[in-house]
This record gives sequence, C-alpha cells and structure tokens, in this order.
Amino acid sequence: MATSSALSSAYGRPKPTGGLELWSWVFMRVSGLLLLVLALGHLVIMHLINSVDAIDYDFVARRYIGWFWRSYDLLMLVLAMVHGLNGLRVILDDYLHQPVQRRIAAWLLYGIGGALTALGIVAVVVFQPPSSVGVP
Amino acid sequence: MSRYRGGIGQWSWMFHRITGVGVLVFLCLHILDTFLIVLGPEHYNAIIAWYRHPVFRVSEVGLFACVLYHSLNGVRIILFEAWTGLVRWHRQMFYVQMAIFAVCMLPVTYLMLRPVFGR
Repeated sequence: MATSSALSSAYGRPKPTGGLELWSWVFMRVSGLLLLVLALGHLVIMHLINSVDAIDYDFVARRYIGWFWRSYDLLMLVLAMVHGLNGLRVILDDYLHQPVQRRIAAWLLYGIGGALTALGIVAVVVFQPPSSVGVP
Repeated sequence: MSRYRGGIGQWSWMFHRITGVGVLVFLCLHILDTFLIVLGPEHYNAIIAWYRHPVFRVSEVGLFACVLYHSLNGVRIILFEAWTGLVRWHRQMFYVQMAIFAVCMLPVTYLMLRPVFGR
C-alpha cells in the first residue's frame, strides 16, 4: 500500500510481516502505551507530588511495606528495560552491517542489559524495610 | 546520525531515538543507585543526596522532557499507523504534540527548579 509505506518511511518502523520482528513491533507499541502511564506516573509522583528533597531510605521503606508499589516498580522496570534494549537493538541494526559486529553488539546488549535488569529485580524483590519503619 | 529527506518527519524521528537512548542510559544508572537500598540507609541516602544538587535537578527536568517527548511522539506514531489517512495532517499533528509538550513542561520546570532558587 503506497500510503502506508510512505508513512512508515517518514514516521515509524515499517510493520514487519511476521515472526519475531512482528512480535517486537507489537511489543514496542503495547509496552510503550503502558510505560506512558507507568513512567510518566512515576515521574509525576516522585518529582511533582513529592520531590527529591523528600526521597530517602525511609521514604522507600515506607513505600515498600505493601506489595502495590513493589509490583508497580517491577512491571515498570522490566517493561522499560526490554523496551529500551529492543529499541537500541533496532538502532544498532541500522549502523552495524557485518554479522560479526551485530553478534558482538547483541552479546554486549543482552549481557549488560540482562545483568542490570536482574540487579533491579533483586533490589525490588529482596529489599526488606526495617521493622521500625511504619510504626507511628 | 543518518539524515534522510529532512523536515518534520526526519527530525521527530531523530529526537525519538536520541530521547530513547538518553532515557535508557539514565535507567541503567538508576538501577545501580536504587540497588544501594539493599545495602542500607547510609549507602542509599549518600547517593540519593546527589539528586538534590542543582546540576542534577536541571538534568532531572531534562529527563522529564525526554520521557514526555518520547511518549507523545510514540502516541503520534501509533495514531498514524492506526489511521493512515492522518498522514495528510502530519505537520499539524506535530505542532499539536509540541504544544502539549510545552504546556506540560512549563509548570513541570517551575515546580522542579523552584528549590534551586530558594522558593
């Protein structure tokens, strides 16, 4: 379709016709919409409703007594890292053309990205607020 | 950076990439600083104090701007893909997007930088 191909070349990535690339294309849109709410919500809560002057260990400990903000942060973390790493993969594919370059880039991307995501998940899941927090 | 035909389509696309990479770099650093919460209050509070430095506060406004631009531009891409006829109004839609961006960033910048000026 002439309109859609002209549109794609000017605005977004052309929609892949199938396989993993189609899933990646769909994921970027679905996760993008979810992150619009989660990440902008996170910024509004942390920087407008609260501020960096209010954020410290006790602030996080009070927030992490329940499961709600932990789940929120966990979902945002995983979606943002996969969305970001996949976006960077698409960008790198535009600049790296030799298979060996792409292989090295992919290993670095998934290695470093995977390790950081795991570290973030550990922090969100493992952190135990001290028992003194939350007692009025 | 590659340059294609120029104009709004190319610039909005290039900014989408730049803001995306910028937010990803911050996110990686943010995972590392947040991880210090596991090690105890003295480590976490020490690193979080950096965020109150004026240079960081200005960078945080930049981060907000990157996330907001990337979100709005992403929504515009999704709208184009859903209704291809909208491409006729692509210029107007970009202006509307940037108007929303400016209207949001004015109070955000004021609220986030107020402490720098002692208010």
